Amino acid sequence: MVTHESHHDHHHHDEGFWRKYIFSVDHKVIGIQYGITSLIFLLVGFCFMLVMRYQMAWPEKAFITTDQYNMLGAMHGTIMVFMGVVPLAVGAFGNYMVPIQIGAPDMAFPRLNMASYWVFLPGCIVMMLGFLTDGGAAQSGWTSYTPLSVLAGSGKFWDGQTMWLLGMVFLITSSLLGSVNFIVTIFQLRAPGLTFMRLPFFVWTQLVTAFLLLLAFPPLEAAGILQLMDRLAETSFFMPSGLVVSDVVQDQFSGGNPLLYQHLFWFLAHPEVYVLILPAMGIVAEIVTNNTRKPLWGYKSMVYAAIFLGFMSFLVWAHHMYMTGMGTAISAFFQTTTMIISIPSVVILTAFFISLWGGSIRYNTPMLFALSFLPMFGIGGLTGLPLGLSTSDIHLHDTYYVIGHFHYVVAPGTVFALFAGIYYWYPKVTGKRMNETLGKIHFWGSIVCMNLVFMPMFGMGLAGVSRRLWDGGAVYAHAQEVLHLNEYSTWGAFGLIFFQLFFIVNFFGSLFSKEKTDDNLWQATTLEWCAAPSPPLPHLNFARIPEVHRGPYEYSVPGHKTDFSPQTMKETEA
Amino acid sequence: MKSFLQLWMPSNASTHGGSVDNLIFYIHWLMLVLFVGWGIFFVYTLFRFNRTRNPKADYHGVKNHYSSYLEFAVALIEAVLLIGFSLPFWIQEIAGAAEENTDHDIELRVIGQQFQWNIHYPGKDGIFGKTSPNLVDGTSNVLGLDRSDPNAKDDFSSQGLSIPVNKKILVHVSSYDVIHSFFLPVMRVKQDAIPGISVPVVFTATETSPKDPKKSEKWEIGCAQLCGTGHYKMQGDLVVLEEDAYNTWVDEQVKQALEEGEAW
Ligand code: HEM
Ligand SMILES: [Cu+2]
Ligand SMILES: [Cu+2]
Repeated sequence: MVTHESHHDHHHHDEGFWRKYIFSVDHKVIGIQYGITSLIFLLVGFCFMLVMRYQMAWPEKAFITTDQYNMLGAMHGTIMVFMGVVPLAVGAFGNYMVPIQIGAPDMAFPRLNMASYWVFLPGCIVMMLGFLTDGGAAQSGWTSYTPLSVLAGSGKFWDGQTMWLLGMVFLITSSLLGSVNFIVTIFQLRAPGLTFMRLPFFVWTQLVTAFLLLLAFPPLEAAGILQLMDRLAETSFFMPSGLVVSDVVQDQFSGGNPLLYQHLFWFLAHPEVYVLILPAMGIVAEIVTNNTRKPLWGYKSMVYAAIFLGFMSFLVWAHHMYMTGMGTAISAFFQTTTMIISIPSVVILTAFFISLWGGSIRYNTPMLFALSFLPMFGIGGLTGLPLGLSTSDIHLHDTYYVIGHFHYVVAPGTVFALFAGIYYWYPKVTGKRMNETLGKIHFWGSIVCMNLVFMPMFGMGLAGVSRRLWDGGAVYAHAQEVLHLNEYSTWGAFGLIFFQLFFIVNFFGSLFSKEKTDDNLWQATTLEWCAAPSPPLPHLNFARIPEVHRGPYEYSVPGHKTDFSPQTMKETEA
Repeated sequence: MKSFLQLWMPSNASTHGGSVDNLIFYIHWLMLVLFVGWGIFFVYTLFRFNRTRNPKADYHGVKNHYSSYLEFAVALIEAVLLIGFSLPFWIQEIAGAAEENTDHDIELRVIGQQFQWNIHYPGKDGIFGKTSPNLVDGTSNVLGLDRSDPNAKDDFSSQGLSIPVNKKILVHVSSYDVIHSFFLPVMRVKQDAIPGISVPVVFTATETSPKDPKKSEKWEIGCAQLCGTGHYKMQGDLVVLEEDAYNTWVDEQVKQALEEGEAW
């Protein structure tokens, strides 16, 4: 052990600034790099949306042009999904926590890990470069459906949509590099004794997520490259014959099929939804068990449910396409798979609720965020049901109901879980604790405002108001009675940004707090808390690779001295 | 639940719309029951097992597996909604009805074009004249009608959809440029308008639209799919008329088309 440490120190001091902070191969530094980048993009994506919400609530002011609206909309979606939530959930939390939770000194391929970040960042930059082009950024939605996207802009290289496609190629490549790394790490580098059924649920969700990223992303990468060729090389993969735009026949295109693009897109983008939600469930599992001081109820069934969810997520993609003119057989297939996939979600959610029963619940900030995930994800999941059956989807498809539905999943759902994760693991990463009062103000303000933003959207959707409308629906007769809801939603969004200030102040302010926390301040059982110092040692994480003797959530075990039995604790020590 | 949701939803004026609405109501019942059930359990648990009230956690927690019944019940209800309602409806009213394609009273084409809806009426002969992309002209010939085709002589276009009440309407939905989505909220009709593909849609209106409507009373065609800069204003009027009034309207339009045709 001594040799380890001295060797390690020696190693550590040799490193220059660049190796240590910029081109680091330490998964912790890379995790922090991902974390900071993605938090910045979450804020950027949110600010875009503030501008749009202002425009929608008071369209008569024509605060932005229709093109600007479409750009901000497309970029909000893209940024939030690919540059915000996924890099935070997987790139930051996964990267930082998975190796420590499985007792590994680093990821299996540290250089690949570094490469994945250094492909990700250029991807983000290329994506944002779109705003500097003459026509501005991509404006065909985060879905970039053809032919709209291929016809958009100048069709030249230096163009928003082209930058979007190139950016996507970078971002997808980065995810692929990351996902193989996660899979190999979790399979190969688990500490002695850490069997699969002793893995923290968070690690399980990261493993399933990695498989989803690995298998779902390549089709979109292919689709992105084909679309690039349709734009730049006059191929016609996704472009049919006989297009007429502003009276000009587009006879450079012939024989392609726009629906092919949609199939490729959703083959990625549906599993992507589970990439957004699974790590969030993992975080919630860590925090709920820790703060109820009892094991996760139905751990095994949750693991199987998560695996099943991952598998099924490849078989439901066309439920985004019911209105493209689907025949009976295809629609029957996708409706059936969609109903089937709802069951594991019900299993997981129910297991979480039951896990609370009998607990000794402490309400700290991470726990509040984690708890609120449950009903919010519940609303998001339940409102997916009418969208999953093609019959009820007729009325609701592509309306604000859809926007309400998936935001309940990703915003008060996933984003709240991510906040929970930040409050929970901040002391692990920095050795400092975040302020509880500021945290609680942040929580209560955010949850009220979130619902104010998204609840009105169900009313608008039921009324049949389409999404992506620059004037928030003001042109439409059938929107007249619900137009006022736009204003509530916008006030909610402004409230939301206000309460995020408490988080930002807390996040940076706490760095300067004088008090150093205990290594295991939450009295947790998993390895990152019980076996590693806070913050963990550079490069090696542990002074000595821990040995695992028990399951991940052994809280309040009858007959044990303390109410938590760390994974490293031997039966004899109990 | 029904009256609560109807508070928000537009009225329904088609023969098949009632089934769509009913399924939406049933699913919302399921959602409500589950949410309230979970909610009560959740709130009670948070209160009952608060650290001050329950300082020592119970390692085992809930020992029974009643929750499996819940999961089973949800699966069962979803199966009923799927097999009992959604599938038969889709087979009979949507895909099936359109595939049969034979017994209908009126046949029209709907073509999405940035940013308006053009309806192609075949005129008195009921036969669509030839069209070609090369002939499309946004001001004088939105459909790209080939005026040399005799069948095209009495064809006309309209930017709104006028149809007779209680008649089975078959529309072929497609697009000349990008993907739009043909949405008739009061008819519970939605179909993507995809260039290169023409999709048949069948529906029957059960009521006439309001006469001299105020803005908020109008019936409309909306666009549900992002189609570019003007997507937000890609709105058209839906007018449902008594049969006589409809015929008179068609006669007028045909007359006008023929007159214009002379000038060609
Ligand atoms: C928390 C604050 C957020 C607010 C207030 C917000 C609001 C909105 C609104 C109002 C729209 C509809 C825009 C329109 O109809 O034109 C929208 C679209 C969208 N949002 Fe968010 N959102 C938030 C967070 C997120 C997050 C966290 C994600 C993803 C993880 C996300 C992903 C998307 C996507 C994919 C779209 C569709 C974009 C498109 O139309 O192409 N949003 N958002
Ligand atoms: Cu359109
Ligand atoms: Cu549109």
